[in-house]
Amino acid sequence: MIPAINIQQLHKHFGDLHALKGVDLSIEQGEFFALLGPNGAGKSTLINLLAGLLRPSSGSLQVMGHDVHAAYAAARLALGVVPQELVFDPFFNVREMLRFQAGYFGRGRENDAWVDEIIESLGLADKAHTNMRRLSGGMKRRALIAQALAHKPPVIVLDEPTAGVDVELRQTMWEFIRRLNREGHTIILTTHYLEEAEALCSRIAMMKHGEIVALDSTRNLLNRLPGKRLKLSLSAPLPEGLRALVRSEQGRDYILAIADTTQLELILSELRVAGVSIEDMQLIEADLEDVFVELLS
Amino acid sequence: MKTSLSTSSNARSNLLGTWTLFKKELLRFWRVSFQTVAAPIMTALLYLLIFSHVLEDKVQVYPGVGYTAFLIPGLIMMSLLQNAFANSSSSLIQSKVMGNIIFVMLAPISYLGFYLAFLAASIIRGLVVGLGIFLVALLFIDLPLAHPGWILSFALLGSGLLGTFGIIAGIWAEKFDQMAAFQNFVIMPLSFLSGVFYSIHSLPPFWQQVSHLNPFFYMIDGFRYGFFGVGDISPFISLGVVAGSFFALSLLTLRMLKSGYKLRG
Ligand SMILES: Nc1ncnc2c1ncn2[C@@H]1O[C@H](COP(=O)(O)OP(=O)(O)OP(=O)(O)O)[C@@H](O)[C@H]1O
Ligand SMILES: [Mg+2]
Repeated sequence: MIPAINIQQLHKHFGDLHALKGVDLSIEQGEFFALLGPNGAGKSTLINLLAGLLRPSSGSLQVMGHDVHAAYAAARLALGVVPQELVFDPFFNVREMLRFQAGYFGRGRENDAWVDEIIESLGLADKAHTNMRRLSGGMKRRALIAQALAHKPPVIVLDEPTAGVDVELRQTMWEFIRRLNREGHTIILTTHYLEEAEALCSRIAMMKHGEIVALDSTRNLLNRLPGKRLKLSLSAPLPEGLRALVRSEQGRDYILAIADTTQLELILSELRVAGVSIEDMQLIEADLEDVFVELLS
Repeated sequence: MKTSLSTSSNARSNLLGTWTLFKKELLRFWRVSFQTVAAPIMTALLYLLIFSHVLEDKVQVYPGVGYTAFLIPGLIMMSLLQNAFANSSSSLIQSKVMGNIIFVMLAPISYLGFYLAFLAASIIRGLVVGLGIFLVALLFIDLPLAHPGWILSFALLGSGLLGTFGIIAGIWAEKFDQMAAFQNFVIMPLSFLSGVFYSIHSLPPFWQQVSHLNPFFYMIDGFRYGFFGVGDISPFISLGVVAGSFFALSLLTLRMLKSGYKLRG
């Protein structure tokens, strides 16, 4: 099957800044994919290149097998993009905007039912006739998402769709996006809420300084840090014998990595022998945030 | 078979995309028609009132043509040109500053379709304003219509030329003050120094020569010829200059759009 997204040796320079340094990435049709990374990593740049809003310095990109440059019309028809910035057209209301957006993609009246469905699913029904300018920030975000979906694209890219969005909308929004994914749409998102990526996405790319530093299934990434984390607050510094287990520390607070719970006994007895008492203790699962910190530090 | 099918459906979607963009551009100025249509008509009428009152009995430019009659075609054309320019340029600069230009950039609309949509909306805005001034002026004075074909040709070409110029300015400018500078230092001098208020034959020879470098002069003179059957120069020369400028500027605009200049970084 043709990959939904295929990117080869993609470089982007902004003047002296080398924003993307040879990115290779292939995303299969039907995937729910996360693109993670700290501010300035190059996520939005990558998305804007996919959308044809920027031109690559070198390398190639295809959407559903269509080259973003040579076959731009087919590539753009296949792609829906929710931009990171809250942009809107102050002259029109929500429904007008959505119809225009569908029209730009060659969809006429026959598409109106779909537009109504998006409006309904994103909780915009009572705002359909409200001018874009008068929507609250979260409502504008919903309208942006709706606009990206107006032509029912097979590949949907969401650049931080949940920034500034309340809990309730996040839930309904993800429910809707999940449904689209089940119906066969490929979903690619960026987010700074790692628990969102962990819960939703089957595969994750982590970017740093314009490069992909990890690309794997969510499960494999989580398995990179097997076992559990033991958070300790101690009355005195950690005994030397336990230093090998330290993942991070801050003053006398330590996070230790342990393979299984039998190791707990060992740690507790070492502490007792050294005369160090425990002020607080917590046993936690490794999550994506730990992987993130580990990979990016 | 498969390719020809998808090519024709691409062509259809491209056509509808262009049509939608055109409709949106029309609606954009029509929604605020008080500012975009009524206000320029009002301004032109004020010019008409003041200049004709002061000069009607003192100036006769062409034999048998009163000053007020002489002035009206010039005012119509000047407003038509300024508004055609304002339509595309202000739409582009606004959507660039607001960021909503990306909604169009994300769509599969070709650069030619993009150009035609903005061009057509600008022409219509120019024609609507021009027609409005014409109709109101008819309440005050009888205007001859010697050659309606010339009138229409210059109105279409003029608004097309300035609509195109507005697209170039809108793509080039990054801020509102750059656009204002463009308006004040290019469009305004060109339109006031074009013979709207006088015949260039009344100017010293040096300034007559300078006026011949101003494309606005040819648009206004040719347009006026359509009403009175007389002008400062032959309408065929004017037509050549205006059509030639329109063609050259269109090519430049299409090249800018194709290369993604300032729009796709
Ligand atoms: N148009 C531009 N001109 C110049 N530099 C740019 C431009 N766009 C992005 N950059 C730079 O490229 C780098 C990557 O930016 P990008 O917006 O892709 O980061 P990001 O991963 O999306 O970050 P965030 O999480 O903050 O959204 C940054 O250093 C940014 O300053
Ligand atoms: Mg970003």
